[in-house]
Amino acid sequence: MRARVLIRPKAGILDPQGQTVERALPALGFEGASNVHVGRLVELDIDDLSQLDAMCERLLTNPLIEDYEIQLPQGESASEPAPTIQ
Amino acid sequence: MKIGVVRFPGSCDEVDALQAAERVGDAELLWYADHDLRGADAVIIPGGFSYGDYLRVGAIARFAPVMEEVERFARCGGPVLGICNGFQVLCEAGLLPGALLPNTSLRFLCRQVGVTVASVDTAWTRECTPGERLSIPVKHTTGRYYAPEPVLDELEANGQLVFRYAPGENPNGSARDIAGVSNKGGNVVGLMPHPEHAVDALTGSEDGIALFRSVVGAAAALAA
Repeated sequence: MRARVLIRPKAGILDPQGQTVERALPALGFEGASNVHVGRLVELDIDDLSQLDAMCERLLTNPLIEDYEIQLPQGESASEPAPTIQ
Repeated sequence: MKIGVVRFPGSCDEVDALQAAERVGDAELLWYADHDLRGADAVIIPGGFSYGDYLRVGAIARFAPVMEEVERFARCGGPVLGICNGFQVLCEAGLLPGALLPNTSLRFLCRQVGVTVASVDTAWTRECTPGERLSIPVKHTTGRYYAPEPVLDELEANGQLVFRYAPGENPNGSARDIAGVSNKGGNVVGLMPHPEHAVDALTGSEDGIALFRSVVGAAAALAA
């Protein structure tokens, strides 16, 4: 099964990458983009979806500073509901 | 008295740490893939780019075989020092509180900074005087210390804020000017500045040797 893990900086933690991108957009003439954040994407094939949350908690993310969201092909679900984004 | 210095794939400051340690006692490199601290009385996790900083700084190194032994050693009160990437590894391993985030400038910084010793109740600062100012270099891209506010309050109340950047010298946006912290027991310390690069007047400062001298006394006290 193909799965995607979207990882983003936790809300409230200063995200200088997001800020830099946000400032660059108007410089190129793109107006009206705000609240820009830059995160990471991990894609993986996984046999046992029930392990994915544990993988996220132990290695793929640092729960102190990052939130994650699991995306699966339509109709599939991990055994535990994926955490929602703040 | 022997100080073990861990070498991971991608470490780059382990030889400087080894040579700094040799100024105060015996020292030996420890191989990341071994379950063996070779009888070391203290352990240093050095700076560098362990595992290429893949995924997150320190995230992969913290699962290296030698780290199981380091964790056991630390939990038994053994002195452990994480420098720069080593600090990041110890935070990822849960041996130290908090995490290191990219510098607010998003730039790699390499400069001498003033660092104040905020706690002398640790294995690595017991030879310092409270408030002593050390001149030590930093060189990192991911050195902005972060912990949630309640955790910062707790660390401050417990005396676990060990090093602070001198006023006006915070190079990376660290919370409360924090340059280094300890665990509750004071045996595990991590800091972003590099004391191992400041042990000889040739490179501008000898202030960093204080940490190495401190652990000699700490190890002797443990052995007694």
